[in-house]
Amino acid sequence: MKSLDSIISECRANAYDLNFSRAREWKEEEEGRVLVGYMPIYFPREIIHAAGAMPVGIFGGGDDKQIIKGDAYYQSYICHIPRSIIEIALDKHLDHVDGFIFPSICDVIRNLSGIFKQQKIGKFVKYMDFPQNFLPEIGGVFYQQEMSHVLKYIKEINGKDVTTEALNHSIELYNRNRQLIETIYNVRQDFPWRLTIDEVYCIVRAGTVIPVEEHNELLEQVCTHISEDIGDPQDKIKVVVSGAFCEQPASGLIKAIEEAGCYVVDDDYMLGSRMILGDIDASTSHPLQAISTAYIKQSQYSSSIYDVHDPKENRLAKIVKDRGADGVIFAAASFCDPSLLDAPIFQNAFDKMGIRYIAFQYSENINQYKVIKEQVGAFSDSIKLWEDEPAIPAIEDKIK
Amino acid sequence: MAEEAQKEKSMILQKEMISSLFSDLSRAKELGKKVCYTFIPGNLSELIRTFDMLPVYPEINALQSAMRKKSAAYIKEAERNAHSEDVCTYVKCDVGMLMKGNLGPTGEKIPDPDVLLLSYTGCFTFLKWFETLKREYPDAKVIMVHTPYQENGEMTPEMTEYMVKQFKEEVIPQMEEVTGIKYDEAKLQRHLVLSAEAEDLINKIFQTTKHKPSPIDAYFAGVYYIGPINIGFRGTQQAVDYYKELYSEIQERIRLGLGPITPEGEMKEEKYRLVVEGPPNWTSFREFWKIFYDIGAVIVASSYTKVGGVYDLGWRHDPERPLEALAEYCMNCYTNMNLPQRIDLLKKCIVDYEADGYVTNSIKSCNSFSAGQLGMMREIEDSLEVPVGFIESDLVDPRYFSYSNIKNRLESYFQMLDQRKKMELEEV
Repeated sequence: MKSLDSIISECRANAYDLNFSRAREWKEEEEGRVLVGYMPIYFPREIIHAAGAMPVGIFGGGDDKQIIKGDAYYQSYICHIPRSIIEIALDKHLDHVDGFIFPSICDVIRNLSGIFKQQKIGKFVKYMDFPQNFLPEIGGVFYQQEMSHVLKYIKEINGKDVTTEALNHSIELYNRNRQLIETIYNVRQDFPWRLTIDEVYCIVRAGTVIPVEEHNELLEQVCTHISEDIGDPQDKIKVVVSGAFCEQPASGLIKAIEEAGCYVVDDDYMLGSRMILGDIDASTSHPLQAISTAYIKQSQYSSSIYDVHDPKENRLAKIVKDRGADGVIFAAASFCDPSLLDAPIFQNAFDKMGIRYIAFQYSENINQYKVIKEQVGAFSDSIKLWEDEPAIPAIEDKIK
Repeated sequence: MAEEAQKEKSMILQKEMISSLFSDLSRAKELGKKVCYTFIPGNLSELIRTFDMLPVYPEINALQSAMRKKSAAYIKEAERNAHSEDVCTYVKCDVGMLMKGNLGPTGEKIPDPDVLLLSYTGCFTFLKWFETLKREYPDAKVIMVHTPYQENGEMTPEMTEYMVKQFKEEVIPQMEEVTGIKYDEAKLQRHLVLSAEAEDLINKIFQTTKHKPSPIDAYFAGVYYIGPINIGFRGTQQAVDYYKELYSEIQERIRLGLGPITPEGEMKEEKYRLVVEGPPNWTSFREFWKIFYDIGAVIVASSYTKVGGVYDLGWRHDPERPLEALAEYCMNCYTNMNLPQRIDLLKKCIVDYEADGYVTNSIKSCNSFSAGQLGMMREIEDSLEVPVGFIESDLVDPRYFSYSNIKNRLESYFQMLDQRKKMELEEV
């Protein structure tokens, strides 16, 4: 078994590798292998895996990539991630990626699919229209058709038909992947000092750019390591971070929150890897239907899913309660419509529920966190030093 | 600037139609009519009328508030309540207006919705907007219609089928429940016949800009022309009568060789013919327009007039396939088209209408339009070798309309067009 430190450093290297080297190696290991890039938030990676391809998460350029060409494509008032994705594409970091999937999450990512089409980047560009109708016989069927289109595109490249057995096997692998990630979060809920949130982030994000089999092995080892009593507890409050599901905060910012006095016991940084809650049925003769039903019935709340019948504020409040968190940090990427338009809904509800929160905005390429750190530090102090009663009992009745 | 705008018969007709809608809205309860909030792109006017509901368009409320100089206060009110500075100002204006009592343009309160009908065509913000409104109006029935995006530049049978299923199994039953009125397909079909007639007429109207001089401005005046077809009158005889009158007035202008009517009277000389991409700024609409007509620039086509439906390419509501027609209508609105389709459409406009230039008005708070506009502009410039101009403003937030910046940029652009014309003349 590898040491925890070596796993973390391997994951960190992969997570932030803008050349997607492990994916490239995987492709070169065997003739006919296909890489399919997908943008945030979520894509059912199971189907790509079952088609003999490898899904590659493309989550922007972070603070490593200098943006020159990308700025020529986007006005200053549009979020940062599309310009860094264009930059890494035009700089040929994605040349080994065969096709690209743009999930339907916002107008910017949707229109980015058009730019990829216009620029003829990749062998296929698929805008993945996730259903906003949540009846299995209507939205579910449409979703299955959308997945079939992706499989058709992959088959046009590798000539492979996808079997039920292969799909069920892939579903099993990703079920295990989510179980292991959830185990890490569950351990951290009680022992957040065993692994920092920055380390968790690297471990989870690495899974978007390496084969799932390898990622599951690493996760198993991480779970073994953190089952031991390692690390030293510190006097910090527990918080949930919400709103950072697409454009990713830089590593420094993720660290800064914990350094400023908070243990992050849940977050939506890598929401896509955790989107389906629980397992997808891996034993049916209609696996696409099983994936679709799971999306409709078992999805985590998200700013890109119409939520009227299951309000997101109640769902986040339940996470706060279940994790025993003291408050919420709303971290939205600048100019991120879905996150920022959700902010008043959350904040008005949390004012009524008595859940404490702070909010700030960031951009993937900012690396000055002093102000945010002070804000988070003040939030932590205000709870640690001046609050007698935890907020949790006050919200229990309101999130039923 | 002239103080009083010229009024033609069509303008008076339109004013009467809109007044009657707001008058009915203020008496909705008395009339026993249910109120349906919905959006312009993908608006299901014919279906709403089939169930005798009265439509309210939140984005129209917002732009009217801007034109009445009330949007700044409404936006501030929303921002005081956790709404970000960086999101759609239509949403904030609407939320602020709601917080201030929801008074419409007539000064009367706009009634609360019985139905929030969300056919979110080409704009994710609509979805977030109605999530916000649902929390303000918990008793309203939310009816969601997912309109698939034309990601491959086409409307496939399975996309249409998906929408038709939603109409049959979700939308119509819920409308029946709210209104107590049984779905009458024959009634819907009668509306659709009138829709197609109005669509033919509006298409002919916007085609008249092929004349030189163009008899109309297809952007600044165009936003008025699209009013009736977009705000609930599509599918009515009133709309057909309005467009017949408008078309006849324009024909008369063509016969007389007249240019477009502006707020300061008729434009005397057509110097530049432009195609504009993006919505207008509403807070300084007249000042914005004036920059163009003062210099003799007429807009011969615009993408914004297609947000409520693209009729240029031949598509019409087909009464023989009523639900399929509604589905295709929703999918065929401008912002539901992918970027290559938008580029092709704009290029076709530039060529067909013999435009001298192409201008993008990039709206800060509208990513549905703005994200990708720079790439579109470059592609159009490269392929047609047409001079392109770029300005930035906002829909209804006056803080983002900088008159001098926009004027400077446009003046430089017009100088460039001038140079180009001179060079072309020299070549001839």
